[in-house]
Amino acid sequence: MSNVIVQPSSTRPRKYNVIGTRPVRHDGVDKVTGKAIYAADLSLPNMAQGAYLRSPHAHARIISIDTSQAEAMPGVLAVATSADLPDPWDKTEELGEGCINYAHLSGNVLARKKALYRGHAVAAVAATDIHTAQQAARQIKVEYEVLPAVTWVLDAMEEDAPLLHDNLFTQTLGEKPTKPSNIGQHIHFEQGDIEQGFAEADVVIEREYRTETVHQGYIEPHASVALWNEDGRLKIWTATQGSFTVRQQLAELLKIPVSKITVVPCEIGGGFGGKIAVYEPPVAAVLSRKCGRPVKLAMRRDEVFEGTGPTPGSFMRVKMGATKEGRLTAAKAWLAYDAGAFPGGMIGPGSMCVFSCYDIPNATVDGYDVVLNKPKTQAYRAPGATQAALATETVIDEIAVELGIDPVDFRLQNAAKEGTRRVDGPTYPRIGLVETLQALKESEHWNSPLEGPNRGRGVACGFWFNAGLKSSAAANVNDDGTVTLVEGSPDIGGTRTSLAMQLAETLGIAAEEVHPQVVDTDSVGYTDVTGGSRVTFSTGLAAHKAALDIQDQMIKRAAELWECQPDDIQVDAGTYGYNDHKQTFKELAVELSSTGEAIVGRAAVNPQGSTNAFSANIVDVEVDPETGKVKILRFTTAQDAGKAIHPSYVEGQMQGGSVQGIGWALNEEYFYDDRGAMKNASFLDYRMPTSYDVPMIETIIVEVPNPDHPFGVRGVGEVSIVPPPAAITNAIHQATGLRMHHLPISPPRLHQAIAERNGQ
Amino acid sequence: MATIFIPAPLQDLTGGLAEVELEAVSLGEVIARLEARFPGIKDRLCDDDQLSPALQASINHVMTRQMRAEVGPDSEVHFLPAIGGG
Amino acid sequence: MSSPQHTNTPAQKHSSTRTLQHTTALQRGNEERFVTEKIHVSTTINGEAVEFLCDARQSLLELLRDGLSLTGCKEGCNNGNCGACTVMMNHLPVNSCCVLAVEAEDAEIETVEGIAAQGQLHPVQQCFLQGAALQCGICTPGFIVTVKALLEQNPHPTEQEIRFALAGNLCRCTGYDKIIRSVQAAAEILQEAKS
Ligand code: FES
Ligand code: FES
Repeated sequence: MSNVIVQPSSTRPRKYNVIGTRPVRHDGVDKVTGKAIYAADLSLPNMAQGAYLRSPHAHARIISIDTSQAEAMPGVLAVATSADLPDPWDKTEELGEGCINYAHLSGNVLARKKALYRGHAVAAVAATDIHTAQQAARQIKVEYEVLPAVTWVLDAMEEDAPLLHDNLFTQTLGEKPTKPSNIGQHIHFEQGDIEQGFAEADVVIEREYRTETVHQGYIEPHASVALWNEDGRLKIWTATQGSFTVRQQLAELLKIPVSKITVVPCEIGGGFGGKIAVYEPPVAAVLSRKCGRPVKLAMRRDEVFEGTGPTPGSFMRVKMGATKEGRLTAAKAWLAYDAGAFPGGMIGPGSMCVFSCYDIPNATVDGYDVVLNKPKTQAYRAPGATQAALATETVIDEIAVELGIDPVDFRLQNAAKEGTRRVDGPTYPRIGLVETLQALKESEHWNSPLEGPNRGRGVACGFWFNAGLKSSAAANVNDDGTVTLVEGSPDIGGTRTSLAMQLAETLGIAAEEVHPQVVDTDSVGYTDVTGGSRVTFSTGLAAHKAALDIQDQMIKRAAELWECQPDDIQVDAGTYGYNDHKQTFKELAVELSSTGEAIVGRAAVNPQGSTNAFSANIVDVEVDPETGKVKILRFTTAQDAGKAIHPSYVEGQMQGGSVQGIGWALNEEYFYDDRGAMKNASFLDYRMPTSYDVPMIETIIVEVPNPDHPFGVRGVGEVSIVPPPAAITNAIHQATGLRMHHLPISPPRLHQAIAERNGQ
Repeated sequence: MATIFIPAPLQDLTGGLAEVELEAVSLGEVIARLEARFPGIKDRLCDDDQLSPALQASINHVMTRQMRAEVGPDSEVHFLPAIGGG
Repeated sequence: MSSPQHTNTPAQKHSSTRTLQHTTALQRGNEERFVTEKIHVSTTINGEAVEFLCDARQSLLELLRDGLSLTGCKEGCNNGNCGACTVMMNHLPVNSCCVLAVEAEDAEIETVEGIAAQGQLHPVQQCFLQGAALQCGICTPGFIVTVKALLEQNPHPTEQEIRFALAGNLCRCTGYDKIIRSVQAAAEILQEAKS
């Protein structure tokens, strides 16, 4: 039982020819032969190389920057500081995926008056080669006034904490504060009567949690090549999740119109939310303008850790109550998440997700977005939900144990379903949490015994919204009856193929007869980021509609050819028929290509709902009591995919997210010294899972079709990371009797807890 | 009549009312009517004439930030934090 | 584990002091102490004789990518911790970011570009494609090279042996499951081809 697909009897599965099959991905050969071009692979004629100078201090006022020595070095072509960026407007904009304040973004790209975290970019150099650029960067003299730094979220909330921004007033729907603080936002939700709810409970559990800062850990460091031409046109080749989003950010940061900018998305070596906000593109652009040459600016790994967005560390307090019969009556959460150096972290979704798996009549949630002297946090796969799920799902587990109810049954009994009102207000449409838990319960894994000392089994579930947003596609029918699909979603994990398959299914042709192309911002309509698990859903919808557009045109043209009315023509699985005429898509396309204008399908969509994904895990662990090391023995993840277009890549998302969750649970964390310097900015010391650390990840794809998509697709990319830390924490409890409340549960941390418990 | 759910922190302006029923065809109109009944509420929800960038509205499961977004006679309207995704 | 094998001999033939000094300086990030005198290197890359001039401080990775436009090997960390830069040097996988370009003297280097022969994918490449063993693909060249080396040395690896051999190659996207299965599939195909 390794990878299975479950179609619950409550759903009526449709028959497909292409969807649900597993073709080889279209860009696969390029990627296994080393030919695929990632941003750092690019080399343009006369290209200069860039390097950064970064702040050695976690919090410091920048008194002066002297670039003269660096500029005088042979081979140095240009030096840039924040003085080269236009004064930013204090404007916050929705960028498809969360909002960005341009004053903050500009200040993050190159520090203005203050360096707000160690690794904050202060200046950059372009030179004839990378070594000269790096050497020159070190010749830039910066005078700092070092300020006290704060790196722990609760410390940063104190009245007398060092203030990062003297103009930051807490955003709240309540009354506006009159004094600045480090609290960027306060979110508050209420549902029902919380006092009453806890009064009805027979069991009430309240726990506090702490999680450390973790990084998305994509293997490709950020890289861009910029060419700012004398005609004022700027072209950027970059590693991004959203080429149009980069274009928008550049236009705002550089104060030039979007029409002057072309962004070419290169192949991208992972992002997970970390390659949406820009870092190096505007800096490379400014350097290019100053030296009149194309400039490549690529980060080193330590710069990626220290200078790009990790995802928040957190402090959380969660209290839940249930009756003897196992009915949840009340829940209360108090969450404080790091935002990093600028406000706008992941507290919104964290607050909305904390209780989103359950039907809870009475609840309150308070969420705080807190700035401190760490890099500005960014999204990381279901941003904010994983921390929150750790708290909720381990409290749920404790209640189930206390009540003597099976943990899966307890979750099933309280699971959110169609019509359940979430604590933040809206009710759910048709969702698949119950079916997902049911599939888990019926799995071979759940029904096989786990024996042996120091071993334990844990379960947990998780929720993520997923996004819709804007996508565009064009599809050109070629002379030979194949179709070229032109789209704008950078392909991080095989989406060219999942889109081509939806187009192929609609037209009744094979996936291999579609040639999907991800193109630049001048060559396709606006398309939001590859993020929010939206590409297969939303760009897939665009591909489907472009195919329908083609089909309409084919029908009209066939009607002319066959001298009948368009309505007379029957289309069935790609075969067009009228009386004795019967032609496949391909035959008809070939014929039409010589009898008139080209057939070009197009579509632009903007679906607005969230596609509501749920995931649930079973994990078996073995704890070594001598060292505190946790070994994952077996891991199963079940997820509602709506409809799996390419099951292998759905499994891949489930497995990848699970292993990231395992890393988050057991090893990954930023270590800071007392001056706010990260002590482990390398892959050696920031310990991500290797192949040797994990077992096979068994998957159960559950298909409860999404009513808002023609094939029933739900986003599948993100939710898989949400349950693992909680499931592992619950398994560790079963193995050791210890409830751990601090992620990661690294060997030293668990070893110490075991020693303390044993009275050592 | 559409049902508008008033976020708890705004209920100081609605005299504790958690739900308000009103006649409106767009999100913009919802906010205008709320403002007419509960002065000051628009200031908390909007920056200039747009929904504050930290917020989004949910109208019958559809998330939107458009003031033009359609509100039907049976719609449920919620004001929620804006979210991103990875 | 696929720890990189460093053969310092060729480099020492040229100037051992300079090479050693260079290594420590790189670690300190102090390149400016070097007089950049170009060094001539003759080597074999993907079966072809290649000559190049390089700085003492340049890594093989930098030389391959920036000097010879062989960008199939990737830089994920530049300090030996991710395996994205893996190439074969004298039939052993090495992290090319931890090998100096001058060490290529007289060596046989094979990069991912050399693995598909005459328009024909290698079974390892074929199995990675069929097994959906890549998502973003940035780690893939390093894995392909490491796996090919593994299967040449150990045609029947167990799952644990595969996991151990690949532990020096990080993949953040796949969770490794499909990579391991694709290696198992490739081992079978290679075995069938032999018998
Ligand atoms: S780049 Fe060589 S091991 Fe990472
Ligand atoms: S496929 Fe992205 S790192 Fe391996």
